[in-house]
Amino acid sequence: MSNLSRIEVSDSASVSVVRFQDQKIIDPEAIQELGQELFDLVERDDRKKIVLNFATVEFLSSAALGKLITFEKKAKRNETKLILTNISPEIFQVFAITNLDKLFTIKDTEADALAVL
Amino acid sequence: MSADETPEKISIVLPSSLSAYHDFVQGLLERLQTLGWSDKVLFGIHMALEESISNAIRHGNKEDPNKSVSVECELSPKRFWVQVCDEGEGYDPDQVPDCTSPENLERPGGRGLELIRHYMTHVDHSHCGRCVVMEKLLGDDEN
Repeated sequence: MSNLSRIEVSDSASVSVVRFQDQKIIDPEAIQELGQELFDLVERDDRKKIVLNFATVEFLSSAALGKLITFEKKAKRNETKLILTNISPEIFQVFAITNLDKLFTIKDTEADALAVL
Repeated sequence: MSADETPEKISIVLPSSLSAYHDFVQGLLERLQTLGWSDKVLFGIHMALEESISNAIRHGNKEDPNKSVSVECELSPKRFWVQVCDEGEGYDPDQVPDCTSPENLERPGGRGLELIRHYMTHVDHSHCGRCVVMEKLLGDDEN
């Protein structure tokens, strides 16, 4: 993996743990880059177990949510298991308002996700 | 409204660029913070501003550099009012699909409006959908 500017990826056994570089995910170029870096994890690298750790994320727009939805579709198509973790109460509310807490598998912590992957 | 609650009025005309309004929004949030608004409530106002202005630029003006977005605000310790207008063709907000219904969860669109409606106390549309008017009133259980 090279030239990542929006995410950090660390591998734990067979699981790829992704952390976000931006505290606020709103800039359209940043969202575009974020999407491509996420898509590459499944489409190019064929990773089968991914944890998205939201610990650093303080704010995200609906455009960012749209990119995450596209990523979820690509992951499903690739039979990649995807779990979101460490979501702050404010960000979780955004998922809940838009019902995306029903679309994504969400766990409290990275350890909780690793335990079921 | 008493004399000491006379709202501070702020107006700006923004270009139709999705990268050109964040400093303005940040400035508004900082001003509201100095008026005593909590981080929790400001999160929702931030969301409403982000979604309404980006909708105006992306869907209203279609990022046409010859069009602009005008924003008018009134700020006070217990009330925030804002009107965001674009120069597009307008739309009927009632025709926006419900993004929370199971069949629409994976579809694009509609989430910004849903978030605005959740976080703001009142939301109205005027000028055939070219303007959205939003108001946040602090209740006794907030802030």
